Amino acid sequence: MANQFDVIILGGGPAGYVCAIRSAQLGLTAAVVEQEKLGGVCVNIGCIPTKALLHSAYIAHLLRDSKDFGVEAGAVKTDYGVAMKRSRRVSDQNSKGVEFLMKKNKITVVKGTGVLQPGKKVKVGGDVYEAKQAVIVATGSRVKGIPQIGLEINKTTVISSDEALLLEQVPASLAIVGAGAVGMEFADIFHAFGVKITLIEALPRILPLEDAEASDALTKSYKKRGIEVIAGAKVTKATVVKDKVTLDVEAGGEKKQIVVAAVLMAAGRAVNTENIGLKECAIQLTDRGFIKVDKNLQTTAPGYYAIGDVAGPPMLAHKGSREGVVVAELLAGHKPHPIKYDNVPSVTYCHPEVASIGLTEDQCKEKKLDYVAGRFPFSANGRARGTGETDGFVKILRDKKYGEILGAHIVGAHASELIHELTVARENEYTVEEIDLAIHAHPTMSEAVAEAALDSLGRVVHL
Amino acid sequence: MATKVHMEALSPTMEEGRLVKWTKREGDAVKTGETLAEVETDKAVMELVARADGQLIKVLVPEGSTVPVGNVVAYIGKPGEKVDGAGSGEQGAAPPGPTLTAAPKPPAASPVVAPSGPAAVSAPADATRVKASPLAKRIAKEAGVDLKLVQGSGPGGRVIKRDVEAGAPLAPAAAPTAQPSVPLPPRSGAPYEDVPLTQIRKTIAKRLATSLGPIPHFFLTIEADMERAAEARTALNKQLGDEGKVSFNDIVIKAVALALVRHRACNAWFQEDHIRYWNEVHIGMAVAVEDGLITPVIRNADMKSLTQIGAEARDLAQKARNRRLKPDEYTGSTFSVSNLGMFGIDEFTAVINPPEAGIVAVGAIIEKPVVHEGTVSPRRRLRLTMSCDHRVIDGATGAAFLQTLKQMLENPLAMLL
Repeated sequence: MANQFDVIILGGGPAGYVCAIRSAQLGLTAAVVEQEKLGGVCVNIGCIPTKALLHSAYIAHLLRDSKDFGVEAGAVKTDYGVAMKRSRRVSDQNSKGVEFLMKKNKITVVKGTGVLQPGKKVKVGGDVYEAKQAVIVATGSRVKGIPQIGLEINKTTVISSDEALLLEQVPASLAIVGAGAVGMEFADIFHAFGVKITLIEALPRILPLEDAEASDALTKSYKKRGIEVIAGAKVTKATVVKDKVTLDVEAGGEKKQIVVAAVLMAAGRAVNTENIGLKECAIQLTDRGFIKVDKNLQTTAPGYYAIGDVAGPPMLAHKGSREGVVVAELLAGHKPHPIKYDNVPSVTYCHPEVASIGLTEDQCKEKKLDYVAGRFPFSANGRARGTGETDGFVKILRDKKYGEILGAHIVGAHASELIHELTVARENEYTVEEIDLAIHAHPTMSEAVAEAALDSLGRVVHL
Repeated sequence: MATKVHMEALSPTMEEGRLVKWTKREGDAVKTGETLAEVETDKAVMELVARADGQLIKVLVPEGSTVPVGNVVAYIGKPGEKVDGAGSGEQGAAPPGPTLTAAPKPPAASPVVAPSGPAAVSAPADATRVKASPLAKRIAKEAGVDLKLVQGSGPGGRVIKRDVEAGAPLAPAAAPTAQPSVPLPPRSGAPYEDVPLTQIRKTIAKRLATSLGPIPHFFLTIEADMERAAEARTALNKQLGDEGKVSFNDIVIKAVALALVRHRACNAWFQEDHIRYWNEVHIGMAVAVEDGLITPVIRNADMKSLTQIGAEARDLAQKARNRRLKPDEYTGSTFSVSNLGMFGIDEFTAVINPPEAGIVAVGAIIEKPVVHEGTVSPRRRLRLTMSCDHRVIDGATGAAFLQTLKQMLENPLAMLL
C-alpha cells in the first residue's frame, strides 16, 4: 500500500525532521506531514533568521566601535529591510537543506495539514496515511499575545516575532513585553537598528530562568547601551490606536505610562494541539496544555508519540531533536541513551551572549546543596582583551565534596559555543578537576572555563 | 633488551603468589632493589623488587591475579622499548633473589592469562578496568564502594553516579517475582557466600592435612598451679613499671623453652628418614590473624629474658596481623605453643606444626577449689595439653617434659636454675 509507512511524523520542524532522518537511518520507512516550509519555526521564523539578524546587529556595534581598533568606517547607516532580506535567504537555504536531507534519506514529505485518526492513521486533505509502527506528533508551538490586557496580536502595532522578522522598516520606538530569550534578542537587534527600546519583564529580573548574576550583567549592559529595562513590571492596561500603543505599567510601586509606536509580544508560546485530532485518538493533555507523555515519549494512546514543544518544556529546538532521535531508536528496537532533561543547554544570543547548563546558584541554595561557586571574568582573559569583548564571565557551581558540576553560566562573546565543554563534562559526569586537567589552548576564551573550574577549587591562576 | 620481571619465590614454601598491588606503574622509572609490587605469598604480603635499572615498560599481570612462581609478570627496559614476542604467561626461571632458598619451581605451570603473542600483552591489564565516570569513581572512593561490584547503567555499561548511589549489586536487579502466599520474614543478604581460598588459607589446609593425617598424634594433659607464677608476675610488673609488662604467655614460652633444653627428645623434627634433635630452642607462637593463623618464631627463647620474650612476642604478633612477617620470622621453629586462654578455653588440643614433634596447648588460668596442704582453697590453675608425634616422642618422654614444665611454672625460681 502506497500510503503506508513505519512511522508518520506530524510536523517537519527540528523535532520531526530529525526523527524522520534517524528513523530512516535505522531502516524504517518514514513520512513527514508539513503544512508550511520544512524546518518549522526554528528554520523559518525562529532560531535561524534571528541569528542572521543578530549578526547584522553585531556588525553595526563593531563598526560603531571600530575607530578604537584603528579602522574608520565613516558614518554607520543601517537598513533593517536589507538585513531582513538576508535573513530570509539564510532561512530559505536552511529549509532547502532540510528538503535535501529528506530526499537523501528517502523520506516522503506530505504537504498539507495532517489530522490524527484512530488506528495510527493521519488524514491529509483527502488522503489517509497509515503507520505500521507509530504516529509521532511534532506540531510545535506558536507565538501568543495577552488579550486579557488588550495586547491581542494585530500584526501592525502589536506584533509577534513572526511579524518582526519580516518588517521592511523598523518602528521609531518599540516596547518588548517579556525578557526571555526572544525578548532579549529582539531588543538587541532593534536597538542596533536605531529603535528606542523599552524592555518589560513581569518577573523580578530579565532572563528570569538564568542565574541572577547573568541577569545582572545583561541589565547593566543593556542600560549602558540605552535600552530601558523595567523588571518586576505589570502591564495593567494597553490602549491600542492606529499608530501607537499606550501601556500602563506598574513597577516597584510606581505607575508609569509608556507610549510606543509598536509592542512586540515575547511572553511565551502556545503549543499547537488544536484541530489535529488528539481527542479523537484519546490523546490527553497535561494541566499546562502539553501532550501528556510517558518516559518513552508515548502519549496516552498506544502507538502515538509526542516530541518537541508539544511534549513539554523546555521548548527548545535541540531538546526536540534529541527526543526525535530517542523515539526513532526506541521504535527501531534500540535502547537509546536516556535524555537528561537537566542537561539541556540554554542559550540567548544577545550581546553579550548568555549560555547555561544545569542549576543556577539560587536553585543550589533552594535545594540546600553544599556547593562552591568558581568565577572568572573575561576582563582577565587575554583573548577577550584582544578582541575588546571583555564583558561577562564564566561561573561554575561545583559540589563541594565530589566536584560534580552542578551548573555553569557563561555571559560573554561566544558563550553559546563555550558552554558545550561543560555540557559534555556534565553528560559524562566529569568533575571540575577533569575540566582543569584537559589542556586549554592559549589564548582562547575557553581558558576562562578552565580558570572558573580552578577558581571553584581555590586555585585560579590568572586572577 | 628488556629484562623480565618474574614472580619470585618470596618464601621457602611459596608456589604461587597473588599480585596485590603494583607500586610502580607502566612508564615509571625503576632502580635495582626498588619495590615493584606487593605480592601475597602463602604466608605474608611481600615485596617484589626490581632486579634491573630502567623503566617499567610493560605490566602483564593485573592486580588481584595469582601467578605461579617463575612466570613473567612485567618487563623493565629502556623507555619506548618494545617487548619482543612475550606473552603474559611466559615461563622462565626466577632469578635468584636474596630471600630465595631452596624453593622448588613448579614444573611448567599453566599460564595465568592469555597465551603468547604481542597482541595479548595489553589485554590482562585491561581486564580489571572498570568503566566508570570520574564522578562515580570519586563517590565510590569516598564511600568505599568497589566499582567492580556495581552494575553500570550508563552508555556501554559505564558506571555513573546514579549506580554508585544506588549501590547496585552485580546481580541483576531483583526481577519481580510472584509473592509467596505465606509471607516469610525478610532475610537480608544471600543464602551463602563462596569465598576463594586465600594463599594463607590454602597453606593452612595443606599443612594441617599433612599433620593430623599422617602424624600419629597422642595427647597428654597436665594441670599446673599458677599462684606463684602470678605472684612473681605481679612483682615483676611492679618493678618494671612503664618499661613493659610480662604476660602469662611470656612466662609459659620461657618455661617451655627451658623445659625443652632439659628434654631435647621433645625438641625435634621428624624428617622421614631421620630425626633432627635441635640444640637450639626456637619457639613457634601461634597467632590468630584475620583469615587464618601463623606461627612467628621467638628464636633462642631459652636464652632470652622474660621482657625480651614479651617485647618480641608483641612485635611479631603485630607484624603477623598486618601480614608483614618476613619468612625468617615465621620459619624454623623447633617446638610450638598455642594459647587460647584469652578466649576462655580451659583446655584444648593443638595440631602439630610439622616437621616439629610437639606443641603445647595453653588454656585459660582459672581459679578453682583445690586441696592444697590438706585444706581446700581457691587456686589459680592452668591446664596444658601437649600433642606429641609418636614417631619422635613416646608417652613417658612427653610426660617427663610436661612434669618439668609444670615445675617451672609452679616454682618460677626453678627457671633460674
